[in-house]
Amino acid sequence: MQVWDPRIEMMPRDELLRLQYRLLKTLVYRLYSFSEFYRRRMKDVGVHPDDIRVLEDVQKLPFMYKHDLRDNYPDTIFTASREELVRYHVSSGTTGKPTVVGYTPNDLKNWTESIARSLTACGLGRGDVIQVSYGYGLFTGGLGLHYGAERIGATVLPTSVGNTERQIELMQDLHVTAIACTPSYLLHIGEVAEKMGISIRDDTDLQRGILGAEPWSDEMRKRIQDWLGIRAYDIYGTSEISGPMFTECAEQNGIHIWGDIALTEIIDPDTGESLAPGEKGELTMTVLQKEALPMIRYRIGDITTVDDDVCACGRSHPRIMRIMGRVDDMLIIRGINVFPSQIEHALLEIPEVGRHFQIIVDRKGVLDAMLVRVEVAAEAFSDKISDLMSIRKLVEHRLKTVLNIGVDVELVEPGTLPRFEGKSKKVIDRREL
Amino acid sequence: MEDAYIIKQISVFSENRPGRLAAIAGALKDGDVNIFAFSIAEADGFGVVRALVDAPEKAHRILTDQGFRVSYTEVIGVKMRDEPGGLYEIATVLGDAGINIEYAYAYSGRDAAVLILRVDHVRDAIKEILSRGGDLLEASAFT
Ligand SMILES: [Zn+2]
Repeated sequence: MQVWDPRIEMMPRDELLRLQYRLLKTLVYRLYSFSEFYRRRMKDVGVHPDDIRVLEDVQKLPFMYKHDLRDNYPDTIFTASREELVRYHVSSGTTGKPTVVGYTPNDLKNWTESIARSLTACGLGRGDVIQVSYGYGLFTGGLGLHYGAERIGATVLPTSVGNTERQIELMQDLHVTAIACTPSYLLHIGEVAEKMGISIRDDTDLQRGILGAEPWSDEMRKRIQDWLGIRAYDIYGTSEISGPMFTECAEQNGIHIWGDIALTEIIDPDTGESLAPGEKGELTMTVLQKEALPMIRYRIGDITTVDDDVCACGRSHPRIMRIMGRVDDMLIIRGINVFPSQIEHALLEIPEVGRHFQIIVDRKGVLDAMLVRVEVAAEAFSDKISDLMSIRKLVEHRLKTVLNIGVDVELVEPGTLPRFEGKSKKVIDRREL
Repeated sequence: MEDAYIIKQISVFSENRPGRLAAIAGALKDGDVNIFAFSIAEADGFGVVRALVDAPEKAHRILTDQGFRVSYTEVIGVKMRDEPGGLYEIATVLGDAGINIEYAYAYSGRDAAVLILRVDHVRDAIKEILSRGGDLLEASAFT
């Protein structure tokens, strides 16, 4: 097993916690002293850098949100001057204004080091040819992976997105061993390759996929691995913390969040209280060494759990488990948190129904009732009513197992459910609260 | 030789919404597909529309293009004698042979009332009914 930076990655846990505390303390003093924005934020909640005496005191600090960047468009909360910046990235907000992030040379160095550690943990290194099929440009994916892959001495094939047939030809001709892209794009590559008469499994040297930038599931991982004959690793990051930065290790059991780069908290999205390891909540990160744009307790909005135990690979840094959904998408049904993504993942495992669905929440008397509408799959359509009833029963049973609440299922005609992502059409909440 | 009696029925998944049946019938009519028999099985929230038509493949294509979930089902048509107890007789013949009737519906044929049956072992059912003197409708009756 290769480790990129054993001194940091294998650091005893107590030492790592002390390092995090030192970095946090330094960061808070710096921000309070030099940034009007951060000083005001801290004053608003009545906290002074002197109040940070142990690592847990991070909980005294105010949260930051995506809208803080939007409200301060383009760069008024940057804590480095324009002369110090060497790069911008811009994310096109799904709603409204874009957000701009900036990087000093040290910010780029830390980003690159973080990816170098992660790619090494996935088993990549010198001799590998890594096809970077994330978008290059304003999006952080392409360039982020690019420099990380070069740093570990791998050979980069910067294909960016698009022209899939050419990507497949190059993958074959240049003996690509790993690809970094979205999981759905990799599935697309697999399909296009088959149409070209090429089996990714048998006719290419591809062994690994570094997949992310969109939600995916363990079922999808299994499908990709079984079909394409590769190992698929989850990668995580968002432009506000630099970009894609963290991946799973060879254990494929959670994404290592390098503790010297980011301090991870899981909080209750409603109360803002910190939750214990293993508890499901909103992922919140403090980027400890960022110079141009340090995010303090940044509410990323993704729901997950964190595992604090030292990993089987020996790395002491905490791992976040697979993202279960977005805070914005969370529904509370009879007091239980339900994420549409849980339903999506459950449906992927049931071939009798399609992957599209719609949730209708209603209140019957004092109780919430949830109805999930699904389409019967072509292969499963039987003209016997009893078969269709069993499909409905099966889906109801599976959803109940996954969600821990009883659900009614309705079978609907194909093509009648909303095709695009987004809560507005997928979830219809008729409760009058 | 049993194959001559196997009738290809079109089955269409439909929500119990007003107008769905009319939509199916209308689409077939627009495609110049003749419908000989039509039956609807309903459950809570959805139903299955079953139809005997003169051009099953064409009907399948038309309805699939319109977004319906369509499948073929093999059924048989038993000509009923104009006397009481006919259905009981058929059920007994099939029951004795261990063949299950999954559903049945009536259709008024050109010269006799016909009972359309879906059974779990269609070829065995045909053999059984013919050997016991029953009268089956040939699939060619619909073309
Ligand atoms: Zn590990």
